[in-house]
Order: sequence, then C-alpha cells, then structure tokens
Amino acid sequence: MADKHKHVDEVSGVETTGHEWDGIRELNNPMPRWWVYSFYATVIWAIGYAIAYPSWPMLTEATKGVLGYSSRAEVSVELNAARAAQAGNLEQIASSSVEEIIANPQLQKFAVSAGASVFKVNCAQCHGSGAAGGQGFPNLNDDDWLWGGKPEEIYQTIAHGVRHAPDGETRVSEMPPFGDMLTPEQMQQTAAYVVSLTQAPSQPHLVEQGKQVFADNCASCHGADAKGNREMGAPNLADAIWLKGEGEQAVIAQMKTPKHGVMPAWLPRLGDHAVKQLAVFVHSLGGGE
Amino acid sequence: MLHQPITKASVERLDAEAVNAARVRGPLYEKRRKIFPKRTEGRFRRFRWLVMLMTLGIYYLTPWIRWDRGAHAPDQAVLIDLASRRFYFFFIEIWPQEFFFVAGLLVMAGFGLFLVTSAVGRAWCGYACPQTVWVDLFLVVERFIEGDRNARMRLDAGAWSLDKIRKRMAKHSVWLAIGVATGGAWIFYFADAPSLLASLVALDAPPVAYTTIGILTATTYVFGGLMREQVCTYMCPWPRIQAAMLDENSLVVTYNDWRGEPRSRHAKKAAAAGEVVGDCVDCNACVAVCPMGIDIRDGQQLECITCALCIDACDGVMDKLGRERGLISYATLSDYAANMALATSGGTAEIDPTRVRDANGAFRDKVRHLNWRIVFRPRVLVYFGVWAIVGLGLLFGLLARDRLELNVLHDRNPQFVVESDGSVRNGYMVKLLNMIPEQRTISLTIEGMPAATMRVAGQATGDGRSITIGVEPDKVTPLKVFVTLPKGRLAEAEEGFSLIAEDPSSHERDVYQANFNLPGAARR
Repeated sequence: MADKHKHVDEVSGVETTGHEWDGIRELNNPMPRWWVYSFYATVIWAIGYAIAYPSWPMLTEATKGVLGYSSRAEVSVELNAARAAQAGNLEQIASSSVEEIIANPQLQKFAVSAGASVFKVNCAQCHGSGAAGGQGFPNLNDDDWLWGGKPEEIYQTIAHGVRHAPDGETRVSEMPPFGDMLTPEQMQQTAAYVVSLTQAPSQPHLVEQGKQVFADNCASCHGADAKGNREMGAPNLADAIWLKGEGEQAVIAQMKTPKHGVMPAWLPRLGDHAVKQLAVFVHSLGGGE
Repeated sequence: MLHQPITKASVERLDAEAVNAARVRGPLYEKRRKIFPKRTEGRFRRFRWLVMLMTLGIYYLTPWIRWDRGAHAPDQAVLIDLASRRFYFFFIEIWPQEFFFVAGLLVMAGFGLFLVTSAVGRAWCGYACPQTVWVDLFLVVERFIEGDRNARMRLDAGAWSLDKIRKRMAKHSVWLAIGVATGGAWIFYFADAPSLLASLVALDAPPVAYTTIGILTATTYVFGGLMREQVCTYMCPWPRIQAAMLDENSLVVTYNDWRGEPRSRHAKKAAAAGEVVGDCVDCNACVAVCPMGIDIRDGQQLECITCALCIDACDGVMDKLGRERGLISYATLSDYAANMALATSGGTAEIDPTRVRDANGAFRDKVRHLNWRIVFRPRVLVYFGVWAIVGLGLLFGLLARDRLELNVLHDRNPQFVVESDGSVRNGYMVKLLNMIPEQRTISLTIEGMPAATMRVAGQATGDGRSITIGVEPDKVTPLKVFVTLPKGRLAEAEEGFSLIAEDPSSHERDVYQANFNLPGAARR
C-alpha cells in the first residue's frame, strides 16, 4: 500500500508516486493530454477492429468478423487474376506446335520461364537444377542428343518418356549384353577402338582388331563410323560426351552388362501445356537444334 | 549632454510578455501559452517575404516546368519516376545505380548547413526552414482574416459569436486549402503533373496519391497552423544541433544591453533627473512581434530562430525616438563581449551606456555591431572548401559518367558445358544499359582467347567474335551470350577474355573482364 501521507516534491511542488530509488523520487506528472487521447483512440479502434475483422481464437477457428474478410480469399483472388492473365498465352500454346512457340518471341519467353519452373519441380531430381545431368543422366545443355534435339523431337521424348513401358509411344532402345557374346580380349580391343576415336587409347596396338570387332557387332546400331543413330537412340561414340562414363573401363562395363536409364512419360502427368513449355525450355538451354 | 534627447516620445507600449520568461515559468507540465505575433515592417521582414515568395514559388511551380526529352522519356523537368526507377532533373537523368549523386547532394546539404550556420548563425531556421515559411504563410492568413495582434487577442478571449465562428471557419478553411495545395504539390514530383491533376479531379487517381495528400495536408495544417512554435521548441532536433555548431564568431540576434540598459519607461524624466538611462524604452515591441513568443532581451535562447523580426520592430522604435538603429542586431558574441566589457569597465561596474559613447554622444570607434572579417574566418572557409570539393566532384562525375554500361553475370549452373566435338562452352547473361533516350547500335565483341567464338541466343548475325545489336532508348537490353573455346585451345582459357560493348558512332564503350570455366580446372 502506498503511503497515506502523500509526499510532495519540494522543488517542483508536484506529488510523487511513492517510488524511490537511492533517494530519487518519481514525480507523478500527468500524461500529456494528446498522449492520453491517442491511447483512448487506439482502444476504440481495437474494439472496432476486433468486431470488423477475424480476431478472437475459438476452439476450431477464429471469429469471422462482420466484414467477412479473409486473407485466403484475397490470395485466391490474386491467383485467379494471375491465371486469367496467363490464359491468353496458354491458349496460344495449346494451339501451336513447339516450333511455332519458339518462333514467337513473346510466347517463347513465356514458355521458357514457365518451363523452367516446371523443370525445377519435376526434372531437376535427375537432370540437375541447371539441367547439366550426371553420369547416366543426359546433360541437356550440350549439343549431343540421343533422340534428336529438334523441338518436336524433344517434345516427343518428354511426352512419352524413354523405356517407359506403360506408354505405347515411348522411346525404346536396348543394347544387348555382350558379356556372353564376346571374349574379354575382344571387348578390350573394341574399347581401345572406341576410345581412339576421340583420344589416345592405352593400348594402341589393339585398335585395328577392335575396329573389326566393332564392325561385326556394334556398327548395326552405332553406325559404321560409330556416330550413333538417333532413330534407334544409339549414342554417338565418336564425340567427347560420355553418358555412362569416360575411358576404356567404362566402355567395357557398358558392353558386358549395359545399363539403361528410364525416363517416365510426362504427358499423362503434366499435360500438353507443361510438356510443350518444358520442350521450349530444354531447347533454349543452348544446344537445341 | 551625453545623450541625444528623446525628441518624439510617441512610442506605443505593448503589453507583451515572453512565454519563457523566468517570472512566468510554471511547473514542468503546463498548457501552451498562445502567441499572437504582431505585424512588423522593416528590411528583415521584406527579406523574409522575398525568401517566402521564392521558396514557395519553387516548391509549388517546379513540377509544372516542362522539358522536352523526345518520345522515349517523360517531359517533366523534375520527376522522380519510381515506377521505371529514373530520376529526371532538367538535363540530368539518373539511373538507380547512380544514386550516389543524391547521396552526394545530401552530403553537400549537410556541409552547406555547417557553412551557413557557422557564418551567419541559424539562418536556416529563421528564413528557409519549411516550418518557418509555412507558419509565416499561415500567420498572413490569420492576420488577414482576424486582424493584427490586439484584434486577435480580443477575438480569442471573447465569447463565441456568429462573427467569431465565421472568422474561425474562414481561417481554418484557408489553412486546410493551403495544406491540400502543399500535399498536392508534393505528389506532382512523382508523376506527370498535368495528367495527375486531371485524374485527381476526376477522382480516379491511385489511392496512394490521395493518402499522401491527406497525410501532408494534416501535417501542414497541424504543424503550420496549430502547433507552430511548439514544433521548433519541442519536436525539432535542429535547434540542438545548430546551437552546437555556433561559436563566439557566429552571427546571432543579440540585444545590445551595453547600450540599452538600464532600460526605462520614462527615459526623458529619468534623464532629466540625472539618472543613467539606456536606449531601451521597454516598449515590448520586440516581444510582441516574436513568432516564438520570447524576449530577446533575456539573452540567447534555444527558442530563438533568429528570424530578426525583433530587430525590425526595435529599429522602428529607435527611428521614432531619433536614436541609432541596432539596439537589437545581428552580432557575434565576441563583438558583444568586447562592447559589454567597455560598458561595464571590464565587468567591474554596472552597465553604463555612456561609456560606449564619445563626448558628442556618438558611439566610440571600438563599438561595432558587425565585423564581416570575423564572419568569414578560417572555419567558415574550411567548410566552404569541403562543400565546394564535394560539389565539384559531383559535377565532374556527372559530366564524365558513362551512358553505356555493360553488366555481365557468368552462368553458375552449369559452370561449363562440354560439346560433342570436345569444345567447352560458357554462358553469360549480358545486360546492355543504354542510358540515353535515343536508339543506338551497339557492337558486342570479345577480345582475348583468339580461338574462342561467340554466339548470342536468338541472333543469327555476327562473325563469331563480334555482333551488332540495336538497343532501345533508355532501356536495359538483356542478351544470352555463349562463348565456345575449341578442344586443343583450352589452354587459352587461362587468359580469360574481355567483353566489350561499344557504340561505333560515339566510341563510347564499357569493358568487362570475364573468366572462362573448364572441366577439372580450378575455379577462378
């Protein structure tokens, strides 16, 4: 309880609050009136606000407020507006081929940025966020294409996938395992030949024999000059890009027990818009033909 | 007779008391005492009218000055275009990355304040501060509608009548109108003034425009009309800072008590009785005209904005009495101290104004109200020097700045791409900034790495090392550039290369030193 005898400061003649610290007493000056009125105004404002807007938490949800405002409704309005703004572009994309989209600068720009975001959600897991791929997963930035780098070819690959069994139109290629068909020496010779096409082999004397083995066993798919065949999805072995690893050991391993990557068909999952946008995006990465 | 006799003693004595006079100073917390500044005439008053006319004129009219910049840029002389991030000031156009010019101007403003304050005291407060100017304007309105000091005091004290209501409503309406015009002028700096005015009138301007006008109307009305001197005394930090920048050689408004004291209401009678009397007849004119409501005769005070209206009022009285002007004057504290020492015999006696006069009643040579050599002393010159150096630096920067710029971002994901022939490709995001409002043809060239070739996505032209592109006026043109280095020449990558943007017609150019990334190589 405060002291019944009210203490009055001698110098200022103002009553003190009764609080004292080391002999220093707090004067009980009134609040400035503008301050007090501002405080009352905020209280009134708060009451009005609590009535008008969602505010009081109940067991399952908060009170609704008489204005019926909701931030979720506000977001959905914005989302609808964004969808409406994109509608024109999406219609045009639906009625155009991938090549036509690329020819139209405005549509191309729209498709690239839309494709980039679709890519980050669905494709980056295998191909990397920059589409640089990795061992067994093709780099989409370079100019080496297993199935062709033209816009429609890229579209076809994305839409129906690679070795994706449920899709009838999927890209299929399969390299037979040569582990039983060729002797280890023959495989060594072939690897020496394949590597010699782009760099120095470790055993140059094997190259000539290897060329013969290649012509007999591999040329039917990879071509007489080893430059591959896109019809069949046979990789170009005469370039500097190695999907399954560089060097003779990697080549031998792939000959013995070939590994085959699988890419799902994306058309059923993402729809035509998104696949077209993806094709435009992939084509724009710098290696598109 | 040591003194000039008072020839015409028809001086009106005013019943005025300073709000901060020691005698009336009450408890810590008290209500505002209303101040009813009286009209003044004189040279400082005329100077203030001139400054008010100029500052208000500049503020209200500047957005309406047109400046033809062609079809690609707005035709407003001064425009802060936030939407497209440009600042236009007559022939100068500033892009966001050149905002240091504005920072430089702020530095200049700071040193300008030091300079002015150390030389002529609180001239900013007294003449140019917006608060001062608008309060002055609001007082003009108040005086026009309600009359001068005495009429206003009567009106304020009187009961509410039809006349009082009419006058008050008229006054507040005009004040609010000034407030609206002030807020309105402000937003014209941020958009095309004529079209914004049209849409403001048609009520379809953006809400932010109305909000800004509303807020500035409220602050102008409250600060200029209702709070007035309280803003300067209680809210504004400048008086504290400016007071710290003053020294004994800065000009301040000074009551020269060495010639004024002892003051006497009945100077003639007292002089006749042989008493020593000063020039001050205690008419209180200096207090009545003061917009801050203080008494300058109490000495230097925080509240004084050095507007010099008391000088005008006192000079008028001195003229009527046939005495020299300058009883209240601009003076330096060092001058004041010298004169004071003279009048008090070095501080050993009471003030005797006869000591500062010679046998003919004229001021002795030593007594000077103002010595200009003291005003332009080394400290002031140093401030002026720094201020001028910053200003010249900005001017040089402005004249020498680039109007063509190249910004390059090296692709990081992936850092490089190996092509099927073994060559290595790097990607760069190149932005060409054409900062003039004219269409230009820019050549983009790579220099260094002689075997490297360049390709711009979406562009078929170019010889593999150079490309020319038409760029739009006053825009940023983004380009995706691929640089490819063939296998077998990869050692060249160590050198890196330069990307050069050049305008062949003006030879204006900008160079970017680019790195080239390789598989397995250490990242540089």
